[in-house]
Amino acid sequence: MRPMGLGEIPTGSFAQIVSIEGDAGRLLLMGLLEGALVQVVHQAPFGGDPIAVRVRGTLIALRRGEANFVKVVPHVVA
Amino acid sequence: MSSPDFRIALAGNPNCGKTALFNALTGSRQKVGNYPGVTVERVEGSTQTKSGLHIKLLDLPGTYSLDAQTPDELITQEVLLGLRNEEPRPTAVIAVADATNLERTLGLVLEIQALGIPMILALNMMDLARSRGSIIDLEVLSASLGIPIVPTVATRSEGLEPLLQRLEELHLRNELDQGNRLDQEETKDFPWVRSSPQVIRERFAKIDEILHRSIKKAPSPMVWTDRIDYLVLHPVWGTLLLAGILALLFQTIFTWASIPMDWIENGIGALGGLIRNQMVDGPLRSLLVDGVIGGVGSMLIFLPQILFLFLFLLILEDSGYMARAAFLMDRLMGKFGLHGRAFIPLLSSFACSIPGIMATRTIENRRDRLITILISPLITCSARLPVYSLLIAAFIPNHVLWGPFRLQGTVMFLLYLSGIVAALLVAVFLKKSVFPGPTPPLMLELPTYKWPSVHNILHGLVERASIFVRRAGTVILGLSIVLWFLASYPKAPSSLEIPARPEITYSYAGQIGHALEPLVRPIGFNWQIAIALIPGFAARETMIGALGTVYALEDKDSGVHELLASQISKSWSVATGMSLLVWYILSCQCASTLAVTRRETNSWKWPGVMLGYMTALAYAASFIVYNLLRYWGYG
Repeated sequence: MRPMGLGEIPTGSFAQIVSIEGDAGRLLLMGLLEGALVQVVHQAPFGGDPIAVRVRGTLIALRRGEANFVKVVPHVVA
Repeated sequence: MSSPDFRIALAGNPNCGKTALFNALTGSRQKVGNYPGVTVERVEGSTQTKSGLHIKLLDLPGTYSLDAQTPDELITQEVLLGLRNEEPRPTAVIAVADATNLERTLGLVLEIQALGIPMILALNMMDLARSRGSIIDLEVLSASLGIPIVPTVATRSEGLEPLLQRLEELHLRNELDQGNRLDQEETKDFPWVRSSPQVIRERFAKIDEILHRSIKKAPSPMVWTDRIDYLVLHPVWGTLLLAGILALLFQTIFTWASIPMDWIENGIGALGGLIRNQMVDGPLRSLLVDGVIGGVGSMLIFLPQILFLFLFLLILEDSGYMARAAFLMDRLMGKFGLHGRAFIPLLSSFACSIPGIMATRTIENRRDRLITILISPLITCSARLPVYSLLIAAFIPNHVLWGPFRLQGTVMFLLYLSGIVAALLVAVFLKKSVFPGPTPPLMLELPTYKWPSVHNILHGLVERASIFVRRAGTVILGLSIVLWFLASYPKAPSSLEIPARPEITYSYAGQIGHALEPLVRPIGFNWQIAIALIPGFAARETMIGALGTVYALEDKDSGVHELLASQISKSWSVATGMSLLVWYILSCQCASTLAVTRRETNSWKWPGVMLGYMTALAYAASFIVYNLLRYWGYG
């Protein structure tokens, strides 16, 4: 399946990180690593941006634009 | 016997309880200052072990990594690398890690370990880890990391004794080492490079491998935090809840704080009266009563507001809500170039820009913080209210507009609205011109909810209050004395039995007022207004008293307000009155605000910028309003 931005997947869904584009440093430091499982848990009011994602046991708020540097493929929970 | 400088630095992620541990270790033996040249706060404290070893502790700003992104994080990096001249490299480090989230918090521990500084790992929040069913094999973890580990619960002061004991052992070993090592100066420098993505990945892989061996049972998911978040972060309910919290905050600092504020005001008044009665009339009495007590008093009155505001802020921050509020407001604030966290400081500024500016410390990014500081005095504060009331009573007829709405109330609302609009427009302008560049990322951890610790909150309140009184108070004391001197000297010539004009017109303030008159004539101000603006600079509302003095109205008269209103409605044109209103919305008529800005930004540059741009803005707007009204026949 073609990877998409983390900011593009629907709220509530799970995804697996394929790659990090751009200045990856900060994203990596927050634990957004290749192979990690993420869930988009919440979206803010006023246009649904920013979003809150869970990764490595932590809830992280980031803007959709920032999140789109993280490329993911949807993950279906068994 | 021991070397005097056994310096320990505390380092850790944000939200790991590092400051709580620091408070538990040092108690009230703390010193809050600033790192030279930056706006970052430096907190140092000391403690003693049972055997009498004296330890200096430095609470480093929280960071996720040594790869610094913000000025705060850069301080942590530079101190640990020994790159700051005024700050000797710490002898050892206590790394504080959240025991419920080792997956992420161990990253910084590994980074610091690689620097070769002796360290101890404090596994904090062990109570929460246990209650979530986590089982950590401390021996295996310690062995795999190669670092001694002490489990702690900082909020309950658990684990402090073993921690201090470890520090003593470390100190002994250090003394021995120093005896054997003579080339210490040369080994001080070592290369450090920013971690490449590959290094970060490898670090996380190493953490996973270590945790795989040492964690017998992972903590259960944060069920309660998840449940609360479905309400708190809900687009509709979350927004309503935020509005409710903000309404309560506003109510507290605006209404409830007025009760202790009245006590302080009465107390200061009584103290002034007491001195007035006990001392013979003379320059010293006038200096004490009108200068020192009047000036410092006008600032101390805001202490209850500051305490109430910080009580709120500390509870919101400690419980984990503050990051959520920033999350909810980020988009809306972002439209004006502001950070989500700027919302609460700006709201507080409706009470007073002093606590508002102090509250900006929750904004990590320096540019975002400076923009918020610079615009917060444009928000209509409570000290403007008496002036607004006076001018509205004098110049605005109280027609019924529609239903319960009257013209006077509507004008008051428009004044508040103008302040908000001005603040947001200036924010957009600053973001585009003075602080250009890409918007810094939001990238915010939403920590698990916790019950705020009473000890930590009390500690924070005492710390904020004492900073406000000591630092800002000393600047205000100096400024008040200068302003008092200007308004009191020289005296009216003694040859006149009864001064032909009010005393103040002979003073330097009077002379400056007269000299300023040509400057303020284009915006419709007369010399009386120009004089009153000078003492009004100490605090906005004192302008009313000064106007009373200039128009020689009897003070201490409950009717002085009405008298003054009718006096100025007769002697000023509507255009002048409106021009002064506009001036009061936009100008920086507040020495206390400048003093706090100086304190918070650690430089005279930003209060200078603030005073400059606000004065220019106020002058331009007053000029336009005055001339438009004159053109329309209100001159």
